[in-house]
Amino acid sequence: MSGIVETRVLLRHAEDPALATIDGYRSYGGYETLQRTLKEIDPDWIVNELEESGLRGRGGAGFSMGKKVSFLPHTDEPKYLCCNADESEPGAFKDRELMQRNPHQLIEGIAIASFAAGVCHAFIFIRGEYDRQADILDQAVEEAYSAGFLGKDILGSGFDLELTVHRGAGAYICGEETALLDALEGKRGNPRLKPPFPAVQGLYGGPTLINNVETLSNVSHIVANGAEWFKSFGTEQSPGTKVVSISGCVKRPGNYEVELGVSLRDLIFGLAGGPLDGREIKAFYPGGSSSPVLTPAELDLPYSFEAMAEAGSMLGSGSIIVADDSVSIPRMAQRTSKFYRHESCGKCTPCREGTSWTDKMLTRVVDGEATPMDLDIIASVQNNIMGNCLCVLGDAMAMPVSSMVKKFRDEFETTIEEAFYAEVPTRLAGRPVPIFAEGGDRG
Amino acid sequence: MTTIPPEDFTQGEPAAEENRRPEGFRSPGLPVDPANTTGRLPEGDPQSIPDLAEVDCPDDLREHIEKLVAKYPDRDSKDIHRSAAIPALWAVQRRYGWCTPEGIRQAAAVMRVTPAYLESVASFYDLLRTEPAGKHQVLVCTNISCWMRGGDELLQSFCAATGADPEEAAHGGALSADGEILVSGFECLGACDLAPMASIDERYFGPLANEDAETVVGQLRGGDEVLPEKSLAARGLAGGGAESSDPRVTSGKGPNR
Repeated sequence: MSGIVETRVLLRHAEDPALATIDGYRSYGGYETLQRTLKEIDPDWIVNELEESGLRGRGGAGFSMGKKVSFLPHTDEPKYLCCNADESEPGAFKDRELMQRNPHQLIEGIAIASFAAGVCHAFIFIRGEYDRQADILDQAVEEAYSAGFLGKDILGSGFDLELTVHRGAGAYICGEETALLDALEGKRGNPRLKPPFPAVQGLYGGPTLINNVETLSNVSHIVANGAEWFKSFGTEQSPGTKVVSISGCVKRPGNYEVELGVSLRDLIFGLAGGPLDGREIKAFYPGGSSSPVLTPAELDLPYSFEAMAEAGSMLGSGSIIVADDSVSIPRMAQRTSKFYRHESCGKCTPCREGTSWTDKMLTRVVDGEATPMDLDIIASVQNNIMGNCLCVLGDAMAMPVSSMVKKFRDEFETTIEEAFYAEVPTRLAGRPVPIFAEGGDRG
Repeated sequence: MTTIPPEDFTQGEPAAEENRRPEGFRSPGLPVDPANTTGRLPEGDPQSIPDLAEVDCPDDLREHIEKLVAKYPDRDSKDIHRSAAIPALWAVQRRYGWCTPEGIRQAAAVMRVTPAYLESVASFYDLLRTEPAGKHQVLVCTNISCWMRGGDELLQSFCAATGADPEEAAHGGALSADGEILVSGFECLGACDLAPMASIDERYFGPLANEDAETVVGQLRGGDEVLPEKSLAARGLAGGGAESSDPRVTSGKGPNR
């Protein structure tokens, strides 16, 4: 196996527990960039540099961060920044690691991005399950306030910034940016109709910048070292490093930071140790549970936004879930649909009904109550969900499920058949005259 | 079951005498089956803002919620800060163990919103419990990665160890026989590297073996620290301490130098 090593920029020194405290972070050069920014850097230069660097959103959509900032209108109305730390995509756990080990890197990134965008109040929306990480952030924010890096007139620059850590309460949908805004406004987390986009009209009706934890953690590095430095990592269309969460049937599941563009084989075999002994990889989700699955034939592709899109999938939040040959794909599809059925907020009919129908049909498949025709119905339901809702939650189920039905149709058919025959004795037991049941003594 | 009185559907014209609402009429709402509500019928009118004087809100809870409200810059036309809804419900849950109808009324009175509003928020989110939730909560992840590594079996083991109903535990949660421990299957807790894992009293533990369920339940009941060696806090990075020697990284001028 090739001797791939991690390229740790965001996770550098992360093994040192002191990094989570302000003194530890400052001993590694932390907050120097913020100090320099407030003293001598022009906000427009930062926006330009972020755009130039090609930093793409690390939360799933992969949209250019610099462009997002530049969409904010240059007006005097209060503007907001929301850091999306709701990380609820199955398979993703990188933001947890970044917040737990290096919370100040995120806070510094938020402060610099807020300065560039003219934001007056920033929020970190962290999922309610991450209680310990939220405690760490609370502590870090308090430290940053007392050190004068947050609050009124930061370091005498005249720039004011409030930062509030807001805990969610367990809803996948709140990772969707407009649902996140609703949840932050104290409502049920339902997505909003777009446009208007949050950059124009978001939190409390003001222009709002929403970025993922990892994206914001990159900001201070780009401002300190410049766009060219950032572009020296990764590929042309996917610059930078990426913290990749690898889980499922591998020997060493965990977070690994690599340059974008390394091969999937290096990631899964080199870093995560490959499948468990005696097992082989059967399929994997390359970008969280909402990405269409890929097969071992695609293991030599580079891990980048463009290569994953070309292969008909997506890099998403950078979370690889590996399934080996012991895993039944129909059951994995059912597990996936069950999750989205539960998490659908119920606002749009195609998603609310579609996720529920799909889950029921897939349950029938694994229970032996389906016919091969159901597979075509499943595929058609997925087609009717995609693109027909306010947000992409429905699509997030439709994409992996339809890819599994397409790529593993044989297995679905075998499962239907085998599960059907396995159920025959039980079925017959309920009948009044089991004329062709062997023995006839069941039930 | 309560019956619904005939509603007046005529628009514009005054309703016929026999269809007119009597003076001081208050709708009793939809028919309610007490068997399905498990204590969720709040006393008093859920549609009006309760008076702080009559809800008997403990001072510390009131001060805590007021502090939360002050953290948010939002204000609607009635000068109400709704943003604090979720944090306020967390405060109620932390104090009473779950979002009790009385607790919701107290928070509503402090925030000056209707209890019905907070109830609607509480029922949307999985972590806000609108039913008794015991003293300890064990959430076992059964989503894709944990399922592959035995999450379902782990949930079964916790049910066996506590005596909670496995069917109910997999569908929203079940209490142990003595009502002390809540066991619930949960979907992706964001710790797939620990698979199969569980969140025990809001702290993450994994990878757990099925036998660990017995130990955990014993430790919870005995008031001891839960599995210190398997906690997330004790884990290092998956790739170990090896730092890259890449000159671009080592000569970086940003943080983490």
